Amino acid sequence: MSTEILESQIAEAPAVVQPETYLNFTSGILSWLLTKDHKRIGILYLVSVTVMFFIGGFAISVARLNLMTPEGSLIPADTYNRLFTLHGVIMVFFFLVPVVPAALGNFVLPLMIGAKDLALPRINLLSWYLYIIGACWTLYAMIAGGIDTGWTFYTPYSSQASHYDIVPTMIGVVIAGFSSLFTGLNFVVTVHWMRAPGLTWFRLPIFVWTLYATSIIFLLAVPVLAMALILVVVERVTHIGIFDPALGGDPLLFQHLFWFYSHPAVYIMILPGMGIVSEIIPCFARKKLYGYTFVAYSSMGIAALAFLVWAHHMFVAGISVYAALVFSSLSFLVAVPSAIKVFNWTATLYKGSISFATPMLFALGFVALFTIGGLTGLFLATLGMDIHVHDTYFVIAHFHFIMVGGMVMAYMGGLHYWWPKMTGRMYSQWWSRMSALIIFFGFFLTFLPQFVLGYNGMPRRYHSYPPEFQVWNVLSTAGASILAVGYVLPLGYLLLSLRYGKRAGPNPWRATGLEWQTPSPPPKDNFEETPIVVRDPYQYHLEKAQNEL
Amino acid sequence: MSSDDTLLKADERHMLDHSILVRHRLEEQYENLEHQYHAATTAMWVFLATEVMFFGAIFLALAVYHHMYTDAFEKGSEKLEWIIGGTNTIVLLLSSFTIVLAVHYSKLGANKQTAWFLATTAALGLLFLVFKGIEYYLDYKEFLIPGWRFNPQEWVDKEHLSPDQVPHVQLFLVFYWVMTLIHALHVTLGIVAVLIVMTLAFRRHFSPVYYTPVEVLALYWHFVDIVWIFLLPMLYLQGTHTHIGF
Ligand code: HEM
Ligand SMILES: [Cu+2]
Repeated sequence: MSTEILESQIAEAPAVVQPETYLNFTSGILSWLLTKDHKRIGILYLVSVTVMFFIGGFAISVARLNLMTPEGSLIPADTYNRLFTLHGVIMVFFFLVPVVPAALGNFVLPLMIGAKDLALPRINLLSWYLYIIGACWTLYAMIAGGIDTGWTFYTPYSSQASHYDIVPTMIGVVIAGFSSLFTGLNFVVTVHWMRAPGLTWFRLPIFVWTLYATSIIFLLAVPVLAMALILVVVERVTHIGIFDPALGGDPLLFQHLFWFYSHPAVYIMILPGMGIVSEIIPCFARKKLYGYTFVAYSSMGIAALAFLVWAHHMFVAGISVYAALVFSSLSFLVAVPSAIKVFNWTATLYKGSISFATPMLFALGFVALFTIGGLTGLFLATLGMDIHVHDTYFVIAHFHFIMVGGMVMAYMGGLHYWWPKMTGRMYSQWWSRMSALIIFFGFFLTFLPQFVLGYNGMPRRYHSYPPEFQVWNVLSTAGASILAVGYVLPLGYLLLSLRYGKRAGPNPWRATGLEWQTPSPPPKDNFEETPIVVRDPYQYHLEKAQNEL
Repeated sequence: MSSDDTLLKADERHMLDHSILVRHRLEEQYENLEHQYHAATTAMWVFLATEVMFFGAIFLALAVYHHMYTDAFEKGSEKLEWIIGGTNTIVLLLSSFTIVLAVHYSKLGANKQTAWFLATTAALGLLFLVFKGIEYYLDYKEFLIPGWRFNPQEWVDKEHLSPDQVPHVQLFLVFYWVMTLIHALHVTLGIVAVLIVMTLAFRRHFSPVYYTPVEVLALYWHFVDIVWIFLLPMLYLQGTHTHIGF
């Protein structure tokens, strides 16, 4: 059945023909909880990470409100510590890491490569259950008991001084880690073996490349984190000093193992975002992606370099100057593949016929904020500068520009880009553009002041501060309130679109990817017939040439 | 499906009705059995790469502390039952051999032999666990359980360590217990998997066109053996072992 026929059927006889889609081929709660369909599992993830996002966001809103006044009189210091830890753990391990690969990636990756499903559907379902078990367990531990170490679990604080529920929280994080690991395993096998005929490696969409690179990071980094956390648990249970210096252990070893995971993990939190942006920009600029092979290779380059720079988090922790020198220099290298991407996006935009649809607004926001975040990363990689701003709000601002300004923006872009594919409905263009703008300005107002605060010496993780910092803190809190509005809005218009939205049709953006060549929402097996790929991706210029003829 | 036909020609066709076989053994997301085979083995190889990183992290930590506290670590190592550790190495190597034979016979479609060699493999795995259990019991009797059953004074008196070195012995023992327990957990899971595949073989599940589970399982089993081969020198064979204790 060709897609045009399907479209006209819907337009002319809406009540009669209800095409079978992945949403309605079976029904009932169990058909969802036991599904092996990648699209349904993607939706399950989407719902669960959204819940986690709002829990993590709520925790930090309270903490941010507390910082309106220098004395921090809203909540006790102990509560403050537990709230920012809750925020960090949830946002990093349960939102940023899984959100794009597991929610969006799960849904679109097989569609983008013309496959019926992921290679290992049962393992895919297992990943989701691991995620849910890890999330519930961690949430319970952190709300019932609470921990106050920050999301980095630094020893010896986490191994001796800190009270509450450290062990269960860590176990929850390890379980969620295995969920990501299995997702990564699934993606690698899928990209290797499930591509449609004709879809060679260098015809893969960039989003697929970045998911592939991300998966490799998952596979090599998660086990190291798991082992490090297991050792902390053993230490707490046996009281033998593995990392605790008072008992003969070495706290630096923990930091090495931790950052060997967590530095690459920050690229888990940005690479898929870069992939989304590389889909959106060519589509809404109606141009071929400039320098496709460079963008593809730079994804793998970032993944490789990610493993070589972990100790730039330890410049002031007691590593030797020579080590610091090496890690500082290597960190600068990471800027190269990142910059390649920014240049290529810019070149793609150049002389394009740009339309500012919602996904494009988010993508452009991403490019701006990621660039600022990346450049300030270079500040931090500079030894002298890092000693000045280490563990201050400067660092907070830097990584929020990357993770929130970058990854969350890209995720919103991706969500708005593929929403019509996932649900078959369009959402309100006006409201969604408003939310993109609100998020962008709210973000700036929240995090720009934090660069100033950090540069002037306000340390992170403090619940009160000297009065001279108040102005900037009030600005930041005001920004955070605007940001919150921007994040809640989509919840409204996206849900409304499910009922009142216009039918999207198979390809509302006139995009070239394979995922747009099947009905929206897609049927259970994705394609009526396995597509055969004869062209490179992003051939938007061909369409233009055709129109001109 | 044409490529199935070519696969069939590649090996002897016997009385099995292949079209039924293909229908039952092929998951719907794959084109044909060969395709499914490649995906499954790739998945296992990739999984093993993650296992390398998992064990690698703790091997690294052990190496770092061995470097820092060489004396205490070697004293600790000499207390371990290296004869049991060595015997267990041989047991695992034998099991690797038998699982290779199981793979060989499964490729011929000889389900009976496959099943029996898998049974032998599981039995050897079990033997490994029994020896390991005996060893843990001896460790218990010798006060080698850090933080719980451990006698610091004895290490000062008999082994001539200084009191501030004794925590390092405990640290070594933590590594010994964590690493061997995680390894034993891997063996246990392996045995369960071998028994499942063995049941399939007894039910005549495998044939020249379909032996993927046996092959994938064997990859895992070999990996677990290799980890042990690294554990043996890193844990048991440090130090001089001039006074053999059993
Ligand atoms: C590309 C995405 C990036 C993400 C997601 C990211 C994320 C983060 C995070 C989460 C932290 C905070 C660690 C903590 O809690 O202490 C951080 C700190 C840091 N980042 Fe980034 N970062 C990125 C890019 C970069 C780049 C490109 C560089 C260097 C060229 C860099 C250099 C640093 C350094 C040196 C620190 C440590 C600061 C300190 O502890 O004093 N980052 N980053
Ligand atoms: Cu880093």
